[in-house]
Amino acid sequence: MSGSGGVRVGIEIHQQLDTSEKLFCGCPTVLRDDEPHFTVVRRLKPTTSELGEVDRAALFESEKGKVFYYQGYKDSTCLVELDEEPPHALNGEAVSIALTVALLLNMKPVDEIHVMRKIVIDGSNTTGFQRTAKIALDGWIDDAGQRISIQSLCLEEDAARKISETEDHVVYRLDRLGIPLVEISTGPDIHSAEQARRVALKIGRILKATGKIKRGLGTIRQDLNISIEGGARVEIKGVQELGLIPAVVEYEVMRQRRLLEIRDELKRRGAPRPKSEISDVTDLFIHTESKLIKKALQSGGKVMAVPLFGFGGLLREEIQPGRRLGTELSDHAKVYGGVGGIFHTDELPAFGITDAEVKSIKERFGAGEDDSVVMVAGGERSCKNALIAVVRRAEAALDGVPPEVRAANPDGTTHFMRPMPGSARMYPETDVPSIVVTREILEKIKSNLPELLENKIERYTKEFGLSPDLASLIVDSPYSVIFEDLVKSYGLPPSFVAATFEYTFKMLRREGIDVDILDRNAIKEVLIRVHKGEFAKEAVPEIFRWLALNKGRGVSEAVSALSLSAVDLDSVRRSAIEIVEKNMETVRREGERAVSRLMGDLMKLYRGKVDGKVLHDLLSEEVRRALQKR
Amino acid sequence: MTSTYGYRGRALDLITKYGIKVGDRIMVRNERSSFVGVLMPRSELDDDAHIVLKLDDGYNLGISIDSLQIEKIPQEEVSPPPPKAPTSRPGLPRVSIISTGGTIASRVDYRTGAVSPALSAEDLYQSVPELGELAEIRTEILFSLLSENIVPENWTAMAKSIERHIKNGAHGVVVTHGTDTMGYTAAALSFALRNLPVPVILVGSQRSSDRPSSDAYLNLKGAVLATAKAPFAEVGVLMHSTSSDDELVIHRGTRVRKMHTSRRDAFVSINSSPLARVVDGRIETLGKYKERGGDLELKAGFDEDVVLIKSFPGIPTDIFDPIIHRGFHGIVLEGTGLGHVPERIFPAIKRAVQSGIAVVMTSQCIYGRVNMNVYSTGRELLSLGVIPGGDMLPETALVKLMWVLAQTRDLEEVRRLFLTNIAGELSDRSEYEEVWHP
Ligand SMILES: [Zn+2]
Repeated sequence: MSGSGGVRVGIEIHQQLDTSEKLFCGCPTVLRDDEPHFTVVRRLKPTTSELGEVDRAALFESEKGKVFYYQGYKDSTCLVELDEEPPHALNGEAVSIALTVALLLNMKPVDEIHVMRKIVIDGSNTTGFQRTAKIALDGWIDDAGQRISIQSLCLEEDAARKISETEDHVVYRLDRLGIPLVEISTGPDIHSAEQARRVALKIGRILKATGKIKRGLGTIRQDLNISIEGGARVEIKGVQELGLIPAVVEYEVMRQRRLLEIRDELKRRGAPRPKSEISDVTDLFIHTESKLIKKALQSGGKVMAVPLFGFGGLLREEIQPGRRLGTELSDHAKVYGGVGGIFHTDELPAFGITDAEVKSIKERFGAGEDDSVVMVAGGERSCKNALIAVVRRAEAALDGVPPEVRAANPDGTTHFMRPMPGSARMYPETDVPSIVVTREILEKIKSNLPELLENKIERYTKEFGLSPDLASLIVDSPYSVIFEDLVKSYGLPPSFVAATFEYTFKMLRREGIDVDILDRNAIKEVLIRVHKGEFAKEAVPEIFRWLALNKGRGVSEAVSALSLSAVDLDSVRRSAIEIVEKNMETVRREGERAVSRLMGDLMKLYRGKVDGKVLHDLLSEEVRRALQKR
Repeated sequence: MTSTYGYRGRALDLITKYGIKVGDRIMVRNERSSFVGVLMPRSELDDDAHIVLKLDDGYNLGISIDSLQIEKIPQEEVSPPPPKAPTSRPGLPRVSIISTGGTIASRVDYRTGAVSPALSAEDLYQSVPELGELAEIRTEILFSLLSENIVPENWTAMAKSIERHIKNGAHGVVVTHGTDTMGYTAAALSFALRNLPVPVILVGSQRSSDRPSSDAYLNLKGAVLATAKAPFAEVGVLMHSTSSDDELVIHRGTRVRKMHTSRRDAFVSINSSPLARVVDGRIETLGKYKERGGDLELKAGFDEDVVLIKSFPGIPTDIFDPIIHRGFHGIVLEGTGLGHVPERIFPAIKRAVQSGIAVVMTSQCIYGRVNMNVYSTGRELLSLGVIPGGDMLPETALVKLMWVLAQTRDLEEVRRLFLTNIAGELSDRSEYEEVWHP
């Protein structure tokens, strides 16, 4: 598909910044999993005038009345996150990182930064809006000789973290709320799945070059907007992995093409625009064998149905792997009606619904071969809302691709999330003073621009003699700052430090050890102490394993817990002499080759405590000495 | 900030030169870039070297006016949709809402970002439609004042307006008010509205109502519910009882104090239990109250020649001289502890009392009552003619002294009236509370 068919893709990258404080308060930017200290309950009250049109009003209905619980911690969330105190001034560190990124993306910073309130009604912000500010516009990056435009860079506060959700309430945690993030949007200049991946990777590397971004799962999120010739602009949210981008693009292109084919088929059939002729068909299912329907009826629910004339068989059409037009209808029913899903005659008889039942329901509506009937079981109100949404989505099928916001599934397919937002409801955040971006500020940032990763990789190979592969692994990793520090300030061998981060850490990760939680200073301390000979290189994995499993404990504790404390080399030598004396027969017989035989005995005593090479050297010396004595 | 919307100096000159005003759609250009957007207001803190533009994606940004070219883009005036007609079921209790300011109800114009009050009955029904199910509402916009700018004259006007609404058959009156001085106004109305026949509830919001998280809606609904249904006929202040949007609390007007600068539950009853709680749309009264009924008697005068002075280490000995000289009528002292001031200002107090000024003692501890018999300092102050304020809040004592002095200047009569419990502001029992502070 690449490069053809009028495919246009834009990428929006959200990246958390690694600042010491949040964007509008002095709280630390840490996520926590221990028991929250308190919970408050809130409601939000959006007014209909803020949403307007039918779709959004309908969605608003489903959001309305939802109760939001916010969990917080006394020592790491404050009244600002709780919306109980006005925001403090915009975090200067975050502004300067955002400006740095903007300059690396060849963008034009704004003259004066103004913070806005963007209305968000899902409760993910205690205020009911997200604070966001435009920092720069109109930049570009190069992709294989093509300029990809960077339209905008905004600095915003991250939302609260959703912990759980039911029909009538959502539980959020305040730890993530207020962590600064940059939102970078490219123009729709990307024309293939592979190019999308490359551009995302490139922007990602520019972000990493600052050394001031958060790393790990959930700290970066890519949204894509995709359209094809004759299709529509569809936004896909929450692509967490770079590797998934090509699949998302390809599946969306596939979806839009199939939807256009379905539109053509509906036209060929002369299908009428579906109407909301929703009927109660509970009477047809009084004696049903379907467990799902029985369950709904027992709890006082109903079965309601609506005919889709001219849709017969089309609901079965696959539009993405494992997803059919029927699945699209079902997504809408779930979002607007809060139902578990729909039944449609294209997939029946099944789920305990008999052929006879299908016939009787089709008869009820006078539906024939070329027609479908969609059914929902549940509370009357939910059924109605769900079927109204189904009819609206079916109606859109006659026009092709509806513009909408979708969410990525783990396999790269997507599901409906919400209608496309109208022009964002934004108004000024009057509690936060504006910031003039002076020439002095920009000059200072320009003269301290970080080294781009490409240049850094080259430097690492030249300066430290790393292989290009290892150099690029280190540069891409979160450890390049420690790496340089250990090598330059402490004189550690570059290959040893690099190998620790790339191979030792990889091995531990495979064991399921979370090395990302290791404290940077602890990592440095371990490697420096090994270098000084305080314990053996072989002990390094063991120490990191222990530190990762014993969060909050120090290196010295690890060393004593693992009884790794430094061994006096004289006693090692004494042991070596002892071993040589005990095995004089072998030494005499095999000469220097005996070293490798006796090594095992010495290792038994000092494995992990003394470097293997040191043991080998000592033993060799003693063997030679013994041979000379003779 | 009038018609220039925060623009001044060079920036104002520039937009004036081009004949541009806030809300106009313009194209601006300098040597680096060009933008199209709507000219937005500037804040009082902003400089005069930038203009603010709202781009089509909704973002505002400031643009340096250096070598800036501006072009106005003509556009049609869009008139806002007409508000829906108020709907209210017949037979509901009649409630009046008198607004004095604050942002209990407001709407945002997303085009210009301007926040404007929404105070007519139509506006209110539209922003809080549930009100129509609680009561039949009349509204009056009495003032549009920030509460820090309210003066005793305004209390008198409020009391008169409330009287009018009650005479016209209101089952209760809601007064919307900025929160800063809502406690003072509540005390003033408590004294002014004698033999009150219906509840009068002051209500405000700590988060302005243009934001979806505002506490205004819940508070306003609670206030309308309480004025329509509560069994008590007293002046109360209704606000959140915790940081959560669930329980509301109605404080007695003479006993309430704003104790936090920003939290939703900033208001606290001091030295007394609140009047009631509102939970899940039900009103639960707490303790004794004056029942509905009776004939309203208005005593709405306040003597503005009263000052509130806090004692502190090193308070100058001549502190009262200008007050005596200027001829003030009353001084409320916020003494330390049980009601003390440094010995060295005794002569000054003596001079004040001798010149006919009523001097009242309260405590800056806020919680607890003054008792001037325990230490010799207190006893001496009493002998100088200082009137002990009991367990009255210093602010309530100030308002009460203003109210008393409007009726009499005779110091004996002042003392008698001041020491009489008028509106629940005084009690002779201090009840035990496990947790006595907020
Ligand atoms: Zn905070």
